[in-house]
Amino acid sequence: MAIAKDKLLELIIKEFEDAEVKITALVDDGDHYEVEICSSKFNGQSKLKQHRMVNDALEGILGGKLHALSIKTKPRE
Amino acid sequence: MKEKFEEIEGYIKNNDVVLFMKGTALMPQCGFSNVVCRILDMLGAKFKDVNILEDEALRQAIKEYSDWPTIPQLYIKGEFIGGCDIAKEMYESGELQELLKSKDIILS
Repeated sequence: MAIAKDKLLELIIKEFEDAEVKITALVDDGDHYEVEICSSKFNGQSKLKQHRMVNDALEGILGGKLHALSIKTKPRE
Repeated sequence: MKEKFEEIEGYIKNNDVVLFMKGTALMPQCGFSNVVCRILDMLGAKFKDVNILEDEALRQAIKEYSDWPTIPQLYIKGEFIGGCDIAKEMYESGELQELLKSKDIILS
């Protein structure tokens, strides 16, 4: 029930090609991460929509495979 | 599932603020749920806590109902606000306070 940092990054980059992504492991167990994503795809979208886009990009690993993921999104000017 | 959706609708119709969470407001069983509870407490916003750990069917139903894969989930006046990250960001920016005031849930 864990996921490698690389796999997480791969899923994010696949959806947000222009993104600047920072992934931090909160605990060194492959199960607790914080991701910060800055992408132009977020421009003009509500916070809720931005987070929904990330949830979708992660293809169902949230709330299942991955226990804890803190998400921060930022539009790219 | 339909029955559970009706249960969810009952909660959000009958309470201004509802938090679907792991554990209870008095004893949260997850750090993310705890953060949202503490924010609401700090703002003096009364809320209905719904412990999804006590009901597996409800746990699945709320994910589908909100189209949101994780818990906690915050509803204000029937509107889905988001999870812990969004609640925290809105609190830090003052947006959450404004929303609660505009809905007459906390005093301005």
